[in-house]
Amino acid sequence: MSAPTYDLGKLHGGLRLEGHKSESTAQAIYRVPVPAQLVLPIAQHVGDAAQPIVGIGERVLKGQLIAEAYGTLGAPVHASSSGKIVAIEPWPVARRYGDNAPCIIIESDGEDRAIEPAETRPSYDSLRPDVLLSMILQGGIVGLGGAVFPTAQKLMQAVTCELTYLILNGVECEPYISCDDMLMREHAREVLSGAQILMHALSLDVAYIVVESDKPQAIQRLAEVMGELDDERLVLKQVPTIYPSGGEDQLVQLVTNLEVPTGGLPTDVGCLVQNVGTAAAIYKWIADHEPLVSRITTVTGDGIAQPMNVEARLGTTVADIVNFAGGYTERAQQLIIGGPMTGKSVTTDRVPIVKATNCILVLSEAPSAGVERPCIRCGECAEVCPIQLLPQQLFWYACADDESKLRRHGLTDCIECGCCDLVCPSHIPLTADFRKAKGRMQELADEKARAERARQRFEARSRRLEKEQRERDSELAEQKEAAKKAGPAAIAEILKRKQQQSGDD
Amino acid sequence: MMLHVLLALAPAALAHVWYFGPGFLFNLIIASAFCVAGEALMTHARGRDIEAALSDYSSLVTAALLAFALPSLTPWWVTATGALFAVVAAKHLYGGIGFNVFNPAMAGYVVILVTFPLEMNLWVAPRMGDIDYISLTIMQTLAYTVTGSLPDGLSFDAISRATPLDAVQSGFRDMRTFAELSVNPMMGDFGGRGWEWIGNFTAIGGFWLLVRKIIRWQIPTGVFAGLLLPAGLMYLVDPGTNASPGFHLFSGATILCAFFIATDPVSAATSAKGRVVYGFGIGLLIFAIRRWGSFADGVAFAVLLMNMAVPAIDYLTRPHIVGHPLRRGRQ
Repeated sequence: MSAPTYDLGKLHGGLRLEGHKSESTAQAIYRVPVPAQLVLPIAQHVGDAAQPIVGIGERVLKGQLIAEAYGTLGAPVHASSSGKIVAIEPWPVARRYGDNAPCIIIESDGEDRAIEPAETRPSYDSLRPDVLLSMILQGGIVGLGGAVFPTAQKLMQAVTCELTYLILNGVECEPYISCDDMLMREHAREVLSGAQILMHALSLDVAYIVVESDKPQAIQRLAEVMGELDDERLVLKQVPTIYPSGGEDQLVQLVTNLEVPTGGLPTDVGCLVQNVGTAAAIYKWIADHEPLVSRITTVTGDGIAQPMNVEARLGTTVADIVNFAGGYTERAQQLIIGGPMTGKSVTTDRVPIVKATNCILVLSEAPSAGVERPCIRCGECAEVCPIQLLPQQLFWYACADDESKLRRHGLTDCIECGCCDLVCPSHIPLTADFRKAKGRMQELADEKARAERARQRFEARSRRLEKEQRERDSELAEQKEAAKKAGPAAIAEILKRKQQQSGDD
Repeated sequence: MMLHVLLALAPAALAHVWYFGPGFLFNLIIASAFCVAGEALMTHARGRDIEAALSDYSSLVTAALLAFALPSLTPWWVTATGALFAVVAAKHLYGGIGFNVFNPAMAGYVVILVTFPLEMNLWVAPRMGDIDYISLTIMQTLAYTVTGSLPDGLSFDAISRATPLDAVQSGFRDMRTFAELSVNPMMGDFGGRGWEWIGNFTAIGGFWLLVRKIIRWQIPTGVFAGLLLPAGLMYLVDPGTNASPGFHLFSGATILCAFFIATDPVSAATSAKGRVVYGFGIGLLIFAIRRWGSFADGVAFAVLLMNMAVPAIDYLTRPHIVGHPLRRGRQ
């Protein structure tokens, strides 16, 4: 059994935020019953949306593939319960851009019959790593920490790199969210077995399971199961409770003291990071043949009657889950999908929970932003920035739209953790401003690319016209030459022909 | 935040009144009135919210710093000119708080220092139990502040004394050594009677601001290092023609500058490393101006000069961004 360790690298800045976790961790994880209607967006991951392969009216079983992975960054979608497809249409969803997205809507039959696995699979450790990876792709598994990057593609990229560590992210540093904590408490074996599968797929010998110090019960449970598994490759690490140490790059820095290069990936420094929930999902798929059709979600906040963690089928609407958790309190004002720092505020509880939904947060009031005042360059923001940016300077350059300065001061390295917003005495919404500036920068880059393409097209055209002109000229010259050789008689002949031609016109 | 700064200045203000008389209070009131009026006027002219502009107390801090820089006997129009220039020109013409390049109080002070040199050099003698000196009553002080004339039978020479900085500077010009000059009881233990105690009380407020994390350690440390390192070195090399580091620390506005003036975040450098450089530059310039310049004290000029260097300092002292190559490539 490996004891928690503290030999950690240093992370700059960060904040000790009030956790608000105990509200939702007092009770065990409850299972939300399958609702009458399931709403499954076909794009629940970053990358190309899946392609529906079912028709309206078709009957489907739990775990049945209903939309295929499409494109290089694709992930399939499976029916999360048995029932009938009633529609494929736009439905409100909680995502960063846009409010509606195409969804497959299933009317569940209440029987919750699962599809029979097509074949009996051998145990994972007898499989070749590449076979294991393509199997993971079929399970529809994506990063459950919130980034929802398709896991199989992440692993396929990783095997091309020289890897040293698998890091399981059980940090969960954002306030209110406790689904990973509860997962580790109740399903530690699945998490650790998932880690073993990942190590096999990646041919790795070390897995760090990293948990924040505010989760003693999860740490204890993990340590117990590790003792039972007796696998020396699994190492438990405890990190201090500082937001945003659960960011992928921040975690790598914290655990290995290596900085992920700008614009690069953790694999550049030999690390592959997976969320603990993803590891458990991989285990469920590989060992139990259950694709990703449900997840654990925290439903909490002072706007919820009974804050708790629930395991819900993907596609269950937020309204159903809130009802299950005793409904809204009278004070409920604001609905956020995700945490208070990085979540997305939504206006309707018709949105379904998807692979990315780690938290449903209902607050009594919007966190008071205060009146925005001019920046006095106090530098509090720079003190807390985990990337060691100078937000006060970035803000200045963002106002001036000075692209080259923004680049040089590392705007693109901003992870949008929101720490600077929280400490700003002038209540400047810095993160939102930086997000906008990044957008403008992207637009500018696109514009440049477009202009470049137009220029190339124009140049190609002028070259072509020039060439044609040259050809015509030389042809004319040849004709003249020929005419000269033929003598005056021939010229008279040509002229006559020309006159005739113009007469015809 | 600014309210804390005002509170932190209170001990020094009391010490100032104790040693140099009630004139400081009149200056403070006049400066405050004109700073607030200027702020309100400009905010109104720029179509902004006046209440919001006044509620951050920044114009009162400007007024207080200006009052500390003034001799306790200053005619009201001199104070008013400085206060208005500070707020109207140095602050609002640059775009108001957050956008001013120069420290408003120091800009206002420098303008009146060069415009009214006579009035700005009238420092009364500090309260000294054992030495003869003439002090004005409250009413006499008020009369001078309002009318600019002294009571009958009193001349400037009778009530004014050279400040220790002035005394040392002119003493060196007369080829006297620092040891000889220090014998004068007005020179006190380190930096002059009164001055050194005001310095102590200023430091109390300064340390309180540090503890409350309203200011950070980099700028004060930089200022002290920038001033005391060369002062100490020169004093070691030639104690005759150089004032001691203790004198530099306690006389004039060194301590006020380190904790209260240079630490104005708006006009200071903003990165951690940059603040050290900025403070150090101010310290060095103060030393250079006192030692080789024609003005007795150089705090205001040093601060304004370093204000101009801030964009360059900030650019050159950017911290290492996580994930970027360690040695910054020239581009």
